[in-house]
Amino acid sequence: MSARTLPLLFLNLGGEMLYILDQRLRAQSIPGEKARKVMNDIITTMFNKKFMEELFKPQELYSKKALRTVYDRLAHASIMRLNQASMDKLYDLMTMAFKYQVLLCPRPKDILLVTFNHLDAIKDFIRDSPNILNQVDETFRQLIDMYSCLSAGEFQLIRQTLLIFFQDMHIRVSIFLKDKVQNSNGRFVLPISGPVPWGTEVPGLIRMFNCNGDEVKRVEFTNGGNYISPQREGSFDLYGDRVLKLGTNMYSVSRPVETHMSGASKSLASHTKENAAPNPLAKEELNFLARLMGGLEIKKPNGSEPGFRLNLFTTDEEEEHAALTRPEELSYKVINIQATQDQQQNEELARIMGEFEVTDQPRQSTSKGDDLLAMMDEL
Amino acid sequence: IFCMVGLRPWGGEVWDSGEAEVQSGAGSGTGCQWHLPRLSTGTSSGLVLVFDIPSKGTNITLSEVLQEHRDSITDIASEDGAADLVTADDSGALCVWRSKDEFSLLTKISAFGWTCSSVKLWNGVIAAGYGNGQIRLYEATSGALRATVSAHARWIYALDVAPLTGKLLSGAEDSYVQIWKLSRSPDTGDIEIEHCYSECVTDTQLCGARFCDPEGNSFAATGYDLSEIVRYGQV
Repeated sequence: MSARTLPLLFLNLGGEMLYILDQRLRAQSIPGEKARKVMNDIITTMFNKKFMEELFKPQELYSKKALRTVYDRLAHASIMRLNQASMDKLYDLMTMAFKYQVLLCPRPKDILLVTFNHLDAIKDFIRDSPNILNQVDETFRQLIDMYSCLSAGEFQLIRQTLLIFFQDMHIRVSIFLKDKVQNSNGRFVLPISGPVPWGTEVPGLIRMFNCNGDEVKRVEFTNGGNYISPQREGSFDLYGDRVLKLGTNMYSVSRPVETHMSGASKSLASHTKENAAPNPLAKEELNFLARLMGGLEIKKPNGSEPGFRLNLFTTDEEEEHAALTRPEELSYKVINIQATQDQQQNEELARIMGEFEVTDQPRQSTSKGDDLLAMMDEL
Repeated sequence: IFCMVGLRPWGGEVWDSGEAEVQSGAGSGTGCQWHLPRLSTGTSSGLVLVFDIPSKGTNITLSEVLQEHRDSITDIASEDGAADLVTADDSGALCVWRSKDEFSLLTKISAFGWTCSSVKLWNGVIAAGYGNGQIRLYEATSGALRATVSAHARWIYALDVAPLTGKLLSGAEDSYVQIWKLSRSPDTGDIEIEHCYSECVTDTQLCGARFCDPEGNSFAATGYDLSEIVRYGQV
């Protein structure tokens, strides 16, 4: 699997999260000032230099649970709060949207264009803040440096790594169902018409050559689809027309987004097993999280700026109902750790696992930075 | 110890990687071909490792390292004949080898910018599938290009040949399996390919497809997010 996948996974999921939060902030009529502050705070946290450094190091992808924890923290990087049910729904939407984009990428390299679409939109969210804009541009340049010269094969490996991460996720998203890009069984529709990827010929031609290299025969055949030539290639520069629509903002205030939980449980047999079995990577994942979050400087709300709660559902009752009826196998429980021999360590871990919540007062820790687990405790 | 992907059974024996100890220290392998009494496997560094399989016992030893590719090996094909082995890599380059006691490079086919994801050898014809949906046929002994087919709209993942009839199967991420017929003109010796049949496995990005019999009257396919293998037969 590719060790260069994490930056793309993180940035694209982060981008989707921002699209959804932006839509909900407007739908819930949160005052402009507050909404902008939330978006700025989250984006600043996301593109923090130390955090990005950790992210770009070659490494494996960790579990969905570990990654979910990072987004939990990110979503709470400002004065906004989300209940568990809303956070679950947010994560469902983010992951299904990006899964769709990865699946439908015409060429493996187009995954970079999808990422650039997200970054272009993020830059638009913070266009009035030059400091944060610089941070985002810096990350943009890092992406161009790291990914521009990769071969098609290397991009396909990255794409496969991402697809494996998203395998067996079939949560139905109403905006996808309405647009007929997702079937009622949760699987995405693969179009067999439209423009072929840049660099691919429209299927249907056989050319045969003799031993001297001269073309001696040309035969056409019907391949079954209805394809046309592509118009132009998207830009891989810092600025430019990406051409590809995947990764652009598909939400607007008038299109509320719902997810359907029922009927999704059948395809989650493997997911259930993953939750029940003890996670042997737990310690590694904790170390990874600690490193990543060590770079996440979360701003605590000061007294003058009151916080507010964002609801991903249309009413509070809906949110409560969703929390009660979420199928067991779809719950994003934090890492389950078996009793270890080190009793003290286990207690520490159990305490941390149970307390991934924003507290009003930052907890005091005695050994700052020494103990990785203590570092987690601090956040 | 390395990881083997894409094992192929030969003559009823199935190679179980858990049974034998292999003495080698290579990276992760992609592409593996059984050509008794030897087994070759590709690595992500571009090296092709050739192992000797004893007729009895489980002591497999590394016999040769073929060093020609500079990118990850994607697939290997073999056949008894003037050209015995074809190896393909991530850049799209192909190497054709002849083996007597040792392997020697017969010819090298340059890349044209797309990964060669799958390769098959039949009757001295190399069939190669590429990431841009194209199938190319080459003369194995000379490496000369004999046909190009704009076969698929997406990345080709699988190629298979039915050895008794020369039927060729291609499966790609565009959800299509295409069936072709390879032949050699008796007068000119030119390699020919004709299209026989299309099958769409709806909403599935195919990642594997094979014929189920040596004549090519039935085939099976599977894809991403699919927990089934779909089988098709001629009626």
